[in-house]
Amino acid sequence: MNTSALILMLFTILGVTGMLVYFIVRVLTTPPNPEPDSYLENDAVEKRKLPGDTDKSTR
Amino acid sequence: MSGTKDAWGSRIGLILAMAGNAVGMSNFLRFPVQAVQNGGGTFIIPYLVSFLVIGIPLLWIEWSMGRFGGALGHHSTPFIMDSMARNRLWKYIGVFGIWTNIAIAAYYCYLESWTVAYMVHSIKGSFLGLDQGEVAAFFDSYISLGTSTLGIPWEPFVFFILVLLLNTYVLSQGLQKGVERVAKIGIPLLILFGIFLAYQGATIDAGENGAIHSSIEGLNFLWTPDYSNMWSPSVWLAAAGQVFFTLSIGMGTVHCYASYVKAKDDIALSAMSSGWMNEFVEIVLGSFILIPISIAFLGMDRVQELIELGSLSLGFKTLPYLFMQWGDVIGILSSFLFFSLLFFAGITSSLAMGTPWIGFLKDEFKWKHTSAAWSFGLIIFVLGLPTIFLYKYGVFDEYDYWAGTVSLVVFALLECILFAWVFGMDRGWKEITRNAEIRVPHIYKYIIKYVTPVLLLIVFLGSVFTPKDNDWEGALSGTWILDDSSIISKLRNTGLKDKLARATDSETIAFVTDQLFYVNASRMLLMAVFIGFAFLVYIAYKKRQREPITPQP
Repeated sequence: MNTSALILMLFTILGVTGMLVYFIVRVLTTPPNPEPDSYLENDAVEKRKLPGDTDKSTR
Repeated sequence: MSGTKDAWGSRIGLILAMAGNAVGMSNFLRFPVQAVQNGGGTFIIPYLVSFLVIGIPLLWIEWSMGRFGGALGHHSTPFIMDSMARNRLWKYIGVFGIWTNIAIAAYYCYLESWTVAYMVHSIKGSFLGLDQGEVAAFFDSYISLGTSTLGIPWEPFVFFILVLLLNTYVLSQGLQKGVERVAKIGIPLLILFGIFLAYQGATIDAGENGAIHSSIEGLNFLWTPDYSNMWSPSVWLAAAGQVFFTLSIGMGTVHCYASYVKAKDDIALSAMSSGWMNEFVEIVLGSFILIPISIAFLGMDRVQELIELGSLSLGFKTLPYLFMQWGDVIGILSSFLFFSLLFFAGITSSLAMGTPWIGFLKDEFKWKHTSAAWSFGLIIFVLGLPTIFLYKYGVFDEYDYWAGTVSLVVFALLECILFAWVFGMDRGWKEITRNAEIRVPHIYKYIIKYVTPVLLLIVFLGSVFTPKDNDWEGALSGTWILDDSSIISKLRNTGLKDKLARATDSETIAFVTDQLFYVNASRMLLMAVFIGFAFLVYIAYKKRQREPITPQP
């Protein structure tokens, strides 16, 4: 491949892939909100602890 | 929620469904063709800029409008928009968010049915031993309801019915058990198949299996920047237009999906995840399939000729032939996977198109979910028939132009004005950043308020006054002749009337005369559907005045 095409292709592909991976990792590593939230499958998952929380059941 | 118990099963399911809504056949067919037609690698720069200043702002606008309206019990754009402004007219602007989906689904389900038919024909080996002309003739025969190699009378119609039944059935299962389940299966498979085909497309060697060039030639063709085109308005308009198509913005589907997210949950990060997933599929996978494979086997001159005929032509009339050059097993497998990939891209989008109508009927008229889903199927069946039986008269293209192109820009422009200027940017910003799990760059407050609406207006005016052959330089220097693709020329049927004036034989004259009739009739039909939906919104509004809806706690 010619150099300018290669640079543009790699820059774009790595940039787009990097952004996708970053956002998906953020989604996957963020604990769910306290119930009731928008999603049904995590109803049994432990609630997220926010700064200053002492008793989650009062939230 | 008002009479609805629909909800998403998981956040990743919502993101995959939103990505599925965005990822469509255009990611694999339209994007690479647009890139080649608009300066190769240079196109990617205005495309990415358009994504940042039009795509991302509109994603945030639509997600936050949806969540805002959902909290008030609205799951379709007429009353989501109504809840954001005092002027009663906004709910009728919101009709676009139902009408566009219905009108697009009517021809899109037909297009989707081609992919299923081609999956079957790939497995059956229908393309084995055919030369390029025969594969193209196969497609022409198929869409003209010609003789079926499967022995099924009216084969395209049968596949359309099957696809429509499948869509309706999935929709009738609800968000979590229907739409989300399909997205959770379809999107990973689509990416897997895409990676396989992209690998195949990127590793072709010249001389192998009859390839004239290696993949490198195609990639050079696609990615080499031509900076002389960089500031051409036509390139920027094409890039902005592609961003619309690819993200499914300006349709009302994003609002509908997001309306099932509660106010306490994030939308900023979710919107970015689904938006960038679409970009990954489009740029990373889409650029390695159609163009590199076509150029490797056909050469650049032939591909440029085919591109002029449109991306669908390249995808359905040419690619099956090219896949078969890889030998029986890999050829059949690649062809099957490619059309499966298009099918998954298609169905995840067409399912999204059904949800605003279902949400509207459930919210406003207390329909049961299953009944609402089957009513969608029935409407699409009726509206889809002209696209099948009058395909040769351009009815399919007419639906695509008005619902799938013009309407998106008009609705996006109006919703952007509503959000930033009527609802107010300060309130809008609070909606976007409410419980956001990423830091939304503050500059977007100004981009959404000033840059995005101005760019959308430019895109719209560019579509209304498109100069001949997209020669903006010539037009701006004084000679402004409208192109046949401009909205004004389309309304006047300039292209068809010229064709009629040039026709000399009676057969062509009769055909073009019929074509003019059917094109006008299809526009009247689409307009009648819009007016019908607006009337339903009016009835719903009157009903709401009698029986106010209690907002979601």
